[in-house]
Amino acid sequence: MKVLVPVKRVIDYNVKVRVKADQSGVELANVKMSMNPFDEISVEEAIRLKEAGTATEIVVVTVGPQQAQETLRTALAMGADRGIHVKTDAEVEPLAVAKILKAVAGEESPELIIVGKQAIDDDSNQTGQMLSALLGWPQGTFASKVEKDGDKLNVTREIDGGLQTIKLNLPAVVTSDLRLNEPRYASLPNIMKAKKKPIDAKTPEDYSVDLTPRLQVQKVTEPAERQAGIKVETAAELVAKLKEAGVIG
Amino acid sequence: MALDLETRDQLLSTIRRFVEERLIPLEAQVSENDEVPAEIVQEMRELGLFGISIPVEYGGLGLTMEEECLVLFELGRTSPAFRSVIGTNVGIGSQGIVMDGRQDQKDEWLPKLATGEAIASFALTEPEAGSDAASLRTTAIRDGDDYIINGTKRFITNATKASMFTLMARTDPDTPGGKGVSAFICPADIPGITIGKPEKKMGQQGAHISDVIFEDARIPASCLLGDVEGKGFITAMKVLERGRLHISAVCAGVADRLLEESGRYAAERKQFGAPIGNLQLVQAMLADMKTEHYAARCMVLDAARRRDAGEDVATESSCCKYFASEMVGRVADKAVQIFGGAGYVADYGIERFYRDVRIFRIYEGTSQVQQVIIGRNVVKEYAE
Repeated sequence: MKVLVPVKRVIDYNVKVRVKADQSGVELANVKMSMNPFDEISVEEAIRLKEAGTATEIVVVTVGPQQAQETLRTALAMGADRGIHVKTDAEVEPLAVAKILKAVAGEESPELIIVGKQAIDDDSNQTGQMLSALLGWPQGTFASKVEKDGDKLNVTREIDGGLQTIKLNLPAVVTSDLRLNEPRYASLPNIMKAKKKPIDAKTPEDYSVDLTPRLQVQKVTEPAERQAGIKVETAAELVAKLKEAGVIG
Repeated sequence: MALDLETRDQLLSTIRRFVEERLIPLEAQVSENDEVPAEIVQEMRELGLFGISIPVEYGGLGLTMEEECLVLFELGRTSPAFRSVIGTNVGIGSQGIVMDGRQDQKDEWLPKLATGEAIASFALTEPEAGSDAASLRTTAIRDGDDYIINGTKRFITNATKASMFTLMARTDPDTPGGKGVSAFICPADIPGITIGKPEKKMGQQGAHISDVIFEDARIPASCLLGDVEGKGFITAMKVLERGRLHISAVCAGVADRLLEESGRYAAERKQFGAPIGNLQLVQAMLADMKTEHYAARCMVLDAARRRDAGEDVATESSCCKYFASEMVGRVADKAVQIFGGAGYVADYGIERFYRDVRIFRIYEGTSQVQQVIIGRNVVKEYAE
């Protein structure tokens, strides 16, 4: 089974994000970037499938600027077999990414695509679902467990109030949730070997995908700062204060 | 061969992440239990940390000295006990074979050392031979196809876990000083070797040192490092010279961590109605810490690059070891001062670093030994 894993280069999860002064977005200059943590989980899952003998080849794909290649290298160092870099400096929205991924899937014919449930930069949580719709493939979103079952795939989904296990026909799209696995560190020898693994250079034009934005960012602001609280002595005082604040009637 | 920048950055950021996510949270536990957990040692093996300095053809990473120092800047940002796990395989335990070993010795040992399957230890110091290493008394007397070893080695790092010792012993008892000394690759699991109990130390709990006692331990003559007797002291000095840069880089790494901890604390801790970082006398301490750390870092990288380029950096390595180890001592002292009472109690971990770094001024050549080397070399240079 061939597995395709899309990966995105995002602001590192440890970085304290700062909003640009003109509110047009967040500061990206000289900020540490790394692989979207949910994508890391997807790569790890693909590697585990390969180690278990279920997957035969892992192809990682990214859509982004030149530096996004580093993200592909990270995935290759973790254990993916080869990469596809769809190079663009444009701002890409989930629908455009889904269209590119659909075209890549058309060329690569994977049996399974594992997408991070969302990217931690824009938190859209759309690409996997859009891709599934465009391909007409079944989807198993927010997966916390993935198991091959004959020619089907059992996916345990994290839903409100519990877990749901569904059986998907292959090929399928799965989006990975936080508890699917704990990604490994790429070993140092593998980081060095990753340089020798192939990366195909592509452009959105190669797939005839129009990247023109359909969304417009109005403004980006920081969350309102939390106000300091007060201490109350008694329950009665608490109720009075809550009423005063209009929280309870 | 040096790595391309992208690969190097990826290597370093992986180590930084491993240090932050896996090692730093365990610092207090390792100190408390006097043990680095087995699963962490295994993760270090899987990461490939044991093999960073071992040539690629033997399964290591074959990093340049500069790259090794950059790795140690990162690994230095946590308790030095973690560094000690890989320290002897990367440095003094393995480098004798890398530098002066025969082909069959390299083939036998280096692949196992690179993966961490075997642990190498460096056995030079003795009860009566510390800074005056050339006076060592352990003997290795040729007996047919064997050597018979007798003597006691002291403060041997990782001896309790060692698979083999790079052992310095006197093959010619009639020749005093370094000339009568040979180096051996001595397996640890042979009859006649007793490993002492780990010593109770001031700091670096989790890293162990102990006596190694040889009583008529018999090893095949093929264990002689290289082909000829009498070269062991030269090997030991070459190994230690390289090790000086390694230790200096660790010192810079620890100083970097202490600087970060102190800077953060100064920004948060409020006294007189404002963060203590606003106080110029606190800023002065931070400024000294930053400046000295920066100086040490630059020295280490300069000396490492020159060594990679083939220059003789004996003097510079000693300058680095001398300055970096003394520097981190001063930085740790100021860190305790900035943290105040919190720096003195165990919970914050600052006093632990203060104790941990004290050994850097002592082992692998005391500050005074470094001064002697530097001074002697300077006089020699200008006398010529």
